[in-house]
Amino acid sequence: MKYLHTYSFAETTPFLLSCGKTLSNVNVAYETWGTLNTDKTNAILIFHAFTGSSHAARHYEKDNEGWWETYVGSGKAFDTDKYFIICANVLGSCYGSTGPSSLNPKTGKPYALNFPFITIRDMNSAIKNLTDHLQISRFLAVAGGSMGGMLALDWSIAYPNSTKSAIVLAASHSQPAQAIAFHQVGRQAILQDPSWKKGNYYGSEEIPRLGLSLARMIGHITYLSEKKMHEKFGRKLQDKAELSFGFDYEFQVESYLRYQGHKFVDRFDANSYLYLTRAIDYFDIRIDHGEGSLFSAFEKSKCDYLMLSYSTDWLYPPENMKQMANTLRGCGRRVVYLDIDTDNGHDSFLIDNQVMFAAVKNFLSQEIDTTENNV
Amino acid sequence: MKETIFNIGYDLITKEIPRGSRVLDLGCGDGELLAELKRKKRIEGFGIEISPESVGIALSKGVFACQADIDEGLSDYKDNSFDYVILNQTIQNTKRPEYVLREIMRIGTRVIISFPNFSHILIRMNLFFRGKMPKTKSLPYEWYDTPNIHMLSIKDFRTFCRQKGFSIEKEINFNTNINNSTSSKKILLPNLFAMYGLFVLKKD
Repeated sequence: MKYLHTYSFAETTPFLLSCGKTLSNVNVAYETWGTLNTDKTNAILIFHAFTGSSHAARHYEKDNEGWWETYVGSGKAFDTDKYFIICANVLGSCYGSTGPSSLNPKTGKPYALNFPFITIRDMNSAIKNLTDHLQISRFLAVAGGSMGGMLALDWSIAYPNSTKSAIVLAASHSQPAQAIAFHQVGRQAILQDPSWKKGNYYGSEEIPRLGLSLARMIGHITYLSEKKMHEKFGRKLQDKAELSFGFDYEFQVESYLRYQGHKFVDRFDANSYLYLTRAIDYFDIRIDHGEGSLFSAFEKSKCDYLMLSYSTDWLYPPENMKQMANTLRGCGRRVVYLDIDTDNGHDSFLIDNQVMFAAVKNFLSQEIDTTENNV
Repeated sequence: MKETIFNIGYDLITKEIPRGSRVLDLGCGDGELLAELKRKKRIEGFGIEISPESVGIALSKGVFACQADIDEGLSDYKDNSFDYVILNQTIQNTKRPEYVLREIMRIGTRVIISFPNFSHILIRMNLFFRGKMPKTKSLPYEWYDTPNIHMLSIKDFRTFCRQKGFSIEKEINFNTNINNSTSSKKILLPNLFAMYGLFVLKKD
């Protein structure tokens, strides 16, 4: 994969984290699309969600599909003919950036649980190191959904001069209690899997498959909506006509979840699951930036915002996004807020939707058209 | 040739607003007024609109609007955040007109408010002779599906402002031509013969 780049830093000066510990030799994996213009006014930074990677979209026809293929590409909302797009894998993940599965330079072995605890703030600090290295001091927009939306929010407040706008989708100003609860259940599934072995399963045949797939099954339920699940599966049985009076996977919805869990184990690291969910749980921009006040936090930002919530998102309910939009308006920011009517639940921001497509596209056009006043 | 359809009172409102003002349009619809004010008066405009489709269209015109209910979406604004707050053909749709008026007088230095006059002669005749809820050009709805839940007359609004202590800086009463553009004809007895009232309120 020629397009997957890695930037390494903290080779001499260690990278300081929110928890007080440090990391050395940090890698940030990233991909780019499109061309940076000469006055560097068309750069957009995209943040992936919890289990995503830097691979937001294909780079050529036969390339693997990206996680935001519907929105990133030639002529799409994030138009790669018009904009220069960067997407980096977050710290703590397992797609090329430094995380618990990376080798600890001090021991030559994977970090596992010696990996320090990280936060959303730390993920952005790492990406900021990359963008400074790429000499992009100001983005046209920073954008993301779910955890990616949290990163966009944090970026807009932490580096107020380094973006003209922020696109925040299906996100929350802080991780809600219910979402923390689901994360905890998911983590317990991994922690209690005997194959997890206190995180030291790297290099062995036995990995915490059961725990990680169970965690994903639980998570996946929170990404859908009741209505969608009902429509998609109803009470239909899988490959049979009658009830079997057993505890095996019998309903289609059960078998679908099992498939989601199995598929996930092959592509994600259990320790990354633990560290990233914890980072999301700790997220609260009111505490991180506003001494407890949403208003004080947002007063530090300077950019325009596009905020989209989704009517059936019960992980990060629309009410929360609406509150952010209202507070930002109170701070005098230019905000576009829309609650998109959809059955697709939290995952909506990943799914093709005309209203969302038009909103993002028009918002970005508006931002680039007004750029000369802001340079 | 396509006939130009004007939007009610846009020309009057545009005339009122000085260049470069900071303007909030409540119930901004698809953002046309703000887009026009941006073009003609270089204003900095913001909108609030309940319909998500309209917010989307407004954005395509470069207008920043938020999907919110006017009856609850104003409390976060600081005092005097705007030079002008516009409530065009919208007050009669609000659940709590008095609360909305107080809020916009708080957040704006000036308020422009325009509404259909319910005591217009045609409406009175409609009710008197037909014995039915009036349906006219300015009030085209049936009683059961109208968004107009707080109808008022020009006289009502004057009384309201006096009682609640809102000072009226300017009052314009107007009729519209067939294409909705503002008619230039003088109106005698406006409470009876004007289809619309427009008031500029100013903070004391």
